[in-house]
Amino acid sequence: MFRTIAIAEGVKPEMIEISVNNESVQIQAGLTLAAALLDAGVHTFRFTPVSGQPRGPLCMMGVCFECLVEIDGMPNQQACMQEVVPGMRVRMQVGAPLLETTP
Amino acid sequence: MRNTMVAIESIDALVIGGGVVGASIAYGLAKSGDRVCLLDEGDDAYRAARGNFGLVWVQGKGFGNPDYARWTLRAVAAWKAFGQELADETGVDLELQQVGGLTMFLEESELATKARQYAELREAVGGNYPYEILSSREVQKLVPQTGPDVVGAVYCDRDGHVSPLRLLRALTQAFKQKGGMIMSGARVQHLEYEKGGFSARLANGQTVSAAKVVLAAGLGNRELAPMVGLSAPVKPNRGQILVSERVQPFLAYPTMQVRQTKEGVVQIGDSKEDVGFDDGTTLNQLARIAKRAARCFPLLAKTRVVRTWGALRVMSPDGYPIYQQSTSCPGAFVATCHSGITLASLHANVLAPWMRGSLEPGDIRTFKAERFDV
Repeated sequence: MFRTIAIAEGVKPEMIEISVNNESVQIQAGLTLAAALLDAGVHTFRFTPVSGQPRGPLCMMGVCFECLVEIDGMPNQQACMQEVVPGMRVRMQVGAPLLETTP
Repeated sequence: MRNTMVAIESIDALVIGGGVVGASIAYGLAKSGDRVCLLDEGDDAYRAARGNFGLVWVQGKGFGNPDYARWTLRAVAAWKAFGQELADETGVDLELQQVGGLTMFLEESELATKARQYAELREAVGGNYPYEILSSREVQKLVPQTGPDVVGAVYCDRDGHVSPLRLLRALTQAFKQKGGMIMSGARVQHLEYEKGGFSARLANGQTVSAAKVVLAAGLGNRELAPMVGLSAPVKPNRGQILVSERVQPFLAYPTMQVRQTKEGVVQIGDSKEDVGFDDGTTLNQLARIAKRAARCFPLLAKTRVVRTWGALRVMSPDGYPIYQQSTSCPGAFVATCHSGITLASLHANVLAPWMRGSLEPGDIRTFKAERFDV
């Protein structure tokens, strides 16, 4: 569904490794996480707390709140508002996150 | 809607203001057979209807005014049937939950003062007033996530909450389904009374007329009321709100300062500021609200805030309603209150019949503007 537009003739993009749902994935550096996931063929980012329906990014600019994923253990992160970082651990969300009780 | 040609001869009542108060009354009039035209300033108006906490609330209302405590009790008792009526009419799920409500206290002295006020109120209404003072342990039992700073709470089993946005949606839909007309972008600049009728001149120069007019324009009532021999000396009072990300349910009971919606969103508030017509937000108030909420429910400290907003309450000098028909311009009514959500059930099913010509309900006898003339 999505095809990366070439940056420039002969320029090889820098690739980094992140983990998506416990699997290693190679993605292009400099992308937002949302763009990187779409490029890697991940279209369902979460299942909504209200209806359990699958959801993916819509606006790609931080206003629709559809691209929420868990990043490095923190839930409800907007994937379109974060640039990919090597070693990032991304997981799909199912429903609403549980607030941790204070120790 | 702005340029809709309105058949002037056929309108029985104009309702000015399309918030929850106006829409409740308009719906009540329309379903009883009146041809009603609702004139709403527009979605960029101050709109207390979209800036409230959604509480359907008994506790804390009417200290020193047992008439108001009774009016509130009556409204809350009627809310379940009212909610069902709207749901049946429109299919909209109002997310009404009436499971009881809490006001949390962090200071022993404040709780003690409040307990005394409730005892006095219970006596003033003749003994039948539902409330309990809970210890911190009892609060913990109801809401396990309650923090150690909470010293106790007031609990009322009649209290609840509803989605204010869905309520307004259901009211406007039900109103239209009953034949009501809504004109949006229709700010009323002037009201004229000529024998037997009223005409409202809109900002765009258009005039709409009817035999009756109901002023339900919130803060706008202050200017409109004197035009038809009424008085509504209302002033704005700002409240600021934080809205959180969706989280799994942890708060089964709405509280005065924190409530969790059906979708998991946590709404946090409780501030009162006298800042005129400024509905913005300020960092120090939001921080104070957040800090207090985190003391009540420590797990909120890790919750992300998605947005914040401010809104203006519509406050009469004593905070109590004004429900009055004009004597110099009969057929003109004013309806203003602070608790438009809680009182919606009575606005639709008790005030509207009165405005159609039924005998004035005894319950609203004291809610007149003359009480402000000392």
